[in-house]
Amino acid sequence: MEAFLHQVLSGLATGGIYAIVALALVMIYQATHLVNFAQGEMAMFSTYLAWTMIDAGVPYWPAFAATVALSFVLGIAIERIVIRPVEKAPVLAVVIVFIGLLVILNSVAGWIYTYTIKSFPSPFPTHRILGGYVSAHELGVMAVTMGVLVLLFVFFRFTPLGLAMRAAAQNPVSSRLVGIRVGWMLALGWGLAAAVGAVAGMMVAPIVFLDPNMMAGILLYGFAAALLGGIDNPAGAVFGGFVVGVLENLAGAYLVGTELKLTVALVLIVGVLVMRPSGLFGRVLVTRV
Amino acid sequence: MTPILEARGLTAGYGPSPVLHSLDFAVPAGGVTTILGANGAGKTTTLRAVSGLIRATGEVRLAGERIDRLAAEDVARRGVAHVPDGRGTFVALSVEENLRLGAYTRRDPGGVARDMERVYGLFPVLAERRRQQAGTLSGGEQQMLAISRALMLRPSLLLLDEPSFGLAPLIVREIFRIMRTVNESEGVAILLVEQNASLALGLASRAYLLETGRVVVAGSAAELGANDAIRRSYLGY
Ligand SMILES: Nc1ncnc2c1ncn2[C@@H]1O[C@H](COP(=O)(O)OP(=O)(O)OP(=O)(O)O)[C@@H](O)[C@H]1O
Ligand SMILES: [Mg+2]
Repeated sequence: MEAFLHQVLSGLATGGIYAIVALALVMIYQATHLVNFAQGEMAMFSTYLAWTMIDAGVPYWPAFAATVALSFVLGIAIERIVIRPVEKAPVLAVVIVFIGLLVILNSVAGWIYTYTIKSFPSPFPTHRILGGYVSAHELGVMAVTMGVLVLLFVFFRFTPLGLAMRAAAQNPVSSRLVGIRVGWMLALGWGLAAAVGAVAGMMVAPIVFLDPNMMAGILLYGFAAALLGGIDNPAGAVFGGFVVGVLENLAGAYLVGTELKLTVALVLIVGVLVMRPSGLFGRVLVTRV
Repeated sequence: MTPILEARGLTAGYGPSPVLHSLDFAVPAGGVTTILGANGAGKTTTLRAVSGLIRATGEVRLAGERIDRLAAEDVARRGVAHVPDGRGTFVALSVEENLRLGAYTRRDPGGVARDMERVYGLFPVLAERRRQQAGTLSGGEQQMLAISRALMLRPSLLLLDEPSFGLAPLIVREIFRIMRTVNESEGVAILLVEQNASLALGLASRAYLLETGRVVVAGSAAELGANDAIRRSYLGY
């Protein structure tokens, strides 16, 4: 029972990370109706930026903040420079661009930092607390996740800019007619997704260690989470993230073993796509206009 | 007095061959102009060309200043509020959020709050439904919301695309009555595009008849109302 509880709690901690990745995917999906396959590599790259700063002696939290800010700017730059030119291109062309971005970020990271695995510090102590059920890092991750989720919620729900971003994703033409600069809202969406992804990368790196391929599995779990909750539904994606985190841990412990845990994500992805493509809470997309 | 809107040689379309062929028309300051025409005549295209949603050649002047090279978001920022065909509702957002978006470019929170109450006064049904998802409103309510959203911009010119489309006569009369109030008491000029000629001519002072992208008759609303061809084809008496 204790072991079970521990699996659930640490599942919730990694689930928070999946929730953040899923949210980043949803943000870009809502605006473009496409899944950003490069989301994971963007987060990985951000994490290397943080590592560089920390390695150079910058204290953890200032490095964290600087990484988030830098990732935000990089996300905007990627949208302006790489995505904007293919805005009106066929879906497949854009997907190829996403994959190209993935490969480029991965290779550049490998070229700069090599493919040797690096350890990445956690800002939280590693000892177990709460009677051993959960490590301080896991608890810290949960707190950071919650902080990010609350901030995003407040931003999108209560600020004029957040409202404008939702409007631009939903109805670009009407948005232009009320004076919203839709192109910039998209860029801002990429910036936010990159910033949020950076947080996920920095939170997961102490667990999976830092290497250019560290986000491959995480992205898959995040994608499964987003699909499960409904890829157009931010709240659903967050819920999906926690569910996937717990399922993954339980399946790893009791069903398939840790080596085959990733199959849980694949099974979920295929299962959702076959049985309920709109996810648990998603709207059914009847037409693509 | 300079007209609030003046188009000269307006030519626009969606591909290589234009839909509109060198249109000339104007909306007097504080006045109401209507453009009539059958399905496919180019009414919607005309409004899109004015508001910058599609590229056009020719000149469009707003209170004397060229706006024909501006992007739609900049035309809106100059005070032109376009209520598009199909109403352009943000269906997943609440009624109130739709209205707040209408005032997105304004930087006077106090004025925005007052205008919000003002449009709720004009359309009390929207006040009752302010927290409701806009997509769940009836067609008539969505048209009221679309007009209200446009008014939240505090426009100097309102572009209305067939506000009567698909609505019951009673609702249509109500909406036109409020359009008249807005025009008369606040001096908001209106460019109204309609198939319902008798309604439109009742509100407008100037009128144009569009056929396959060309202005074929232009004059005062009274003149067009008395024109035999128009009476036969568009007024049905
Ligand atoms: N998005 C578009 N792409 C290509 N052609 C279009 C588009 N919208 C309209 N057209 C064409 O332009 C012409 C004028 O259309 P428009 O919508 O302006 O007519 P309308 O007078 O508004 O008609 P209705 O009364 O049916 O709304 C039509 O021949 C139409 O097929
Ligand atoms: Mg039309």
